[in-house]
Amino acid sequence: MSDVGSAIEFDHVPCPFCGLLCDDLKVVRTRVTLKVARNGCSKAIAGFERVLPTASPQIGGRNVRLNEAVAEAASMIRKSSSPLYGGLATDVGGMRSVMSLADHSRGVVDHAFSESVGFNMKVLQSAGWIMSTLTETRNRADVVVIVGSDVHTLHPRFFERIVCAETSMFDKANKPRTVVFVGEGLDQSAATGPRVGDVITLPCALDRVDEVVSALLARMRGNPVAGDSVAGVPLLAIEDVGKKLNDADYSVLVWAPAGLQTHDSDLTIHAVSDVVRLLNKTTRAAGLSLGGDEGATTSTSVCGWQSGFPTRVSYATGAPDYDPLANAIPNRLASNEADLLVWIASYSPDLVPPDTGLPTIVLGPPGMNLPGSPAVFIPVGTPGIDHSGQLIRCDSVVSLPLRNLGRSNNPSVASVLSAIEAAL
Amino acid sequence: MLIKLTGGKVYDPANGIDGELRDIYVQDGVIVATPPDARIDEEYALQGRIVMAGAIDPHTHIGGGKMTIGRLMLPEDHRGDPVCRGDLTRAGCGHAVPSTLTAGYRYAEMGYTAGFEPAMLPANARQAHMEMADTPMIDKGAFAMLGSDDFFLRQLAANDDIEAIKDYVAWTLHATQAIAIKVVNPGGISAFKFNQRQLDLDEQHAHYGVTPRQVLLTLSRAVKELGVTHPLHVHGCNLGVPGNVETTEHTIAGMEGLPVHLTHIQFHSYGTEGDRKFSSGAAKVAELVNSHKNVSIDVGQVLFGQTCTASGDSMRQYGNTGSASPNKWVVMDIECDAGCGVVPMRYRDKSFVNALQWAIGLELFLLIEDPWRIFLTTDHPNGAPFTYYPHLIRLLMDKGFRNDMMQKINPDAASSSVLASLDREYTLYDIAIMTRAGPARSLGLKDRGHLGVGATADITVYEDLADREAMFATPVFVFKNGELIVKSGKIVKVVQGATHVARPDYDKGIEKSLRSYFERFHTVGFDNFSLSDEEIITHGYGSLVIQPTAARV
Ligand code: SF4
Ligand SMILES: [Zn+2]
Repeated sequence: MSDVGSAIEFDHVPCPFCGLLCDDLKVVRTRVTLKVARNGCSKAIAGFERVLPTASPQIGGRNVRLNEAVAEAASMIRKSSSPLYGGLATDVGGMRSVMSLADHSRGVVDHAFSESVGFNMKVLQSAGWIMSTLTETRNRADVVVIVGSDVHTLHPRFFERIVCAETSMFDKANKPRTVVFVGEGLDQSAATGPRVGDVITLPCALDRVDEVVSALLARMRGNPVAGDSVAGVPLLAIEDVGKKLNDADYSVLVWAPAGLQTHDSDLTIHAVSDVVRLLNKTTRAAGLSLGGDEGATTSTSVCGWQSGFPTRVSYATGAPDYDPLANAIPNRLASNEADLLVWIASYSPDLVPPDTGLPTIVLGPPGMNLPGSPAVFIPVGTPGIDHSGQLIRCDSVVSLPLRNLGRSNNPSVASVLSAIEAAL
Repeated sequence: MLIKLTGGKVYDPANGIDGELRDIYVQDGVIVATPPDARIDEEYALQGRIVMAGAIDPHTHIGGGKMTIGRLMLPEDHRGDPVCRGDLTRAGCGHAVPSTLTAGYRYAEMGYTAGFEPAMLPANARQAHMEMADTPMIDKGAFAMLGSDDFFLRQLAANDDIEAIKDYVAWTLHATQAIAIKVVNPGGISAFKFNQRQLDLDEQHAHYGVTPRQVLLTLSRAVKELGVTHPLHVHGCNLGVPGNVETTEHTIAGMEGLPVHLTHIQFHSYGTEGDRKFSSGAAKVAELVNSHKNVSIDVGQVLFGQTCTASGDSMRQYGNTGSASPNKWVVMDIECDAGCGVVPMRYRDKSFVNALQWAIGLELFLLIEDPWRIFLTTDHPNGAPFTYYPHLIRLLMDKGFRNDMMQKINPDAASSSVLASLDREYTLYDIAIMTRAGPARSLGLKDRGHLGVGATADITVYEDLADREAMFATPVFVFKNGELIVKSGKIVKVVQGATHVARPDYDKGIEKSLRSYFERFHTVGFDNFSLSDEEIITHGYGSLVIQPTAARV
């Protein structure tokens, strides 16, 4: 394509900068500069429009050719007894290469957001749940409950596209939706417009959201709750939300795992899922987990189907061994049980490796805000901008094809890791 | 490269060959006629060993979101079957919902060279194909689920022209890279979203007013008239509900002669007789299948042990959650498209219900006469993991073994089943039909499932052991596209199978309505919904085989 100096427009562009994967963006590229021309939120604009510095592969801070950096990385991995593969902010192809390399090198696989993904996994593995997806929620929900996480800040187009969508299938009169916020200080500014009816707040401190959800569950079960308020919220208000949920045809309880500020957030999600299970005895209701930024859902799913387990898997014995505590990179670092960190990022320049004395190999976007010079640095492309790819959305159901917008020739994580594995 | 398999005892029902000693020649991955005096590059002296085409599993849940939910939910099951990295193979895990890699290896090690994912939600098609791409060794394909998706239900409720519905069905096959169409609890997955808890054949959907019968007739006709070889693949109403044999009876009678494949029919063959109000409806169902040539079935045999049920049938899976073991389960409403339910299950031989389910499956196998219309499945992993197939084959081929097994099950279940009185033993020829020739013919795989000239050289060689379980568990040789991939039940070469698809013609005009529907209601744009060939071919080292379809009528 000859495009020197002329602008190229891309339509229906999927955005990889949060787990919603909105795919209706219009992006214009002029040489190496991208401009979001339609439908981008602030996060998307920051992501697409970031000015990319030139970057070279480096060994110990010294510019080298890519093949030298690959050879050095391979040599370090070969010598390591169990390399830690962290960050893992990549696409499906990149994650496949991570899994292959970790399997080959007896490494440990842990996404930067495994901790918050792990809240969900604990619930899935202990009780399961009833869940919805974005399109189903958009068309069906008559009550939307935002539980203890600042959804609008984390996923700036969730309200616009899901809650406030102009058209939906099952509300002939476009019946306005009730929106409930559990927790104070959550950005409610987007819960407006013709599609939104009552907006209700249960204003407790964000670290006490679990108490309010538990009280809601208790009252819905007909169990007593001591006192006339819980975490500062009048019990009557909580009961009223319970009644609204019971009367709803299809309520959806939404959380973003990373945004929860309760002490044992898995227990909060468990309680939310209990509310949903209870509601389903008489009416329909579902949970909806957001999150999935930095390829977190993709990482969990690919690790899931290739190893049988969520991330925090170790291949040290030759077979995958899942241990969410022992295989957490922060724990490995704290207990000095590691000799090499391989950090993989390809979206945000801020997803940096933990500060550690360990030799570190970093695959990251150019301009990454690294504290020092890692042993090896290899600049990589961003999926959906510099190369094509696939990503899995926060609901773990839908995945999107990512486009190559031709911004740079930086290689994909998949191609770099495959080259490293081939050189082992 | 010319390979000769010398002196094997060949079972090739598609070509009418029943245990004849024959030589087979393979050139560049394809079976060829005896070349007059060509140089043989490689010869395998088979000395009377049993030769069949590679086995084909026409209904196995190997790829897609609900399988990965099952995987993530059951670490305890996986810990019991860790799989180490080998010289050639990747690490993974097995048992109820194995890792994709392990599933591919284990299928090949059992002599299977193809497996078909029967419940691919269009909204989840991209991921289903990713998972299948990560399932090495075997060919694969997928059936796209329709019938509870709002686009189709709106068409049906609006009395749209059948031609428009056919266009939509055909578009779905293209967009999701599928080979066939499946319907699960027709209309019922959607009805569940409207809080209906059951939807019998003639019960109306609360919102759309349509009935499962209408859904079945319309989709079956559409699939047939589009020229898709595999008939509509039906998971009927009332899965697992005692008394559902009546629904099955009405479904078969109600198809008005249209071709239909009734899947995991064991779960749809339950009566309500006896003290426990649970009895076998197998005799009734078998009689109906025997007398309706438009019907084919697979069994969905239950075998004892821990497994995990996974289905698009959110309504019925929700109904089954009381039996979850261990007690955890997932139900999902998905994308105005479908749903799913994942419920772990432990089938116990001492449980009356489970033991009778086991017996009902075997009764169906033994009472349905035409092996060309019945396929061997456990509905992996719903009735049991696919790795139990050799055991199931022995149950079918060896009456003595079957009777021994019957001694171990719940005695009330044993005595309420006619199984003990059934003397039929499947022959090797029957098994070759049921696991090769039949599925290939039904799915429209022209060049698979047989050993005639021109067939792809997917070939399995077994030792002729009296213990049929041991025989089918550990083939001597497995060839995929003419390459030796398994020797003595162990992988000697890792290959990537192809993805089989069907692409009937359609009027592109339908895309206009679809585009506007996506714009108005969906969270994915029309342009990003479809899976490109590139996505199948490049990322997953895959390839596509477009199987022929007949002309549209
Ligand atoms: S909400 Fe998320 S996916 Fe959508 S445009 Fe913003 S950052 Fe991108
Ligand atoms: Zn099935």
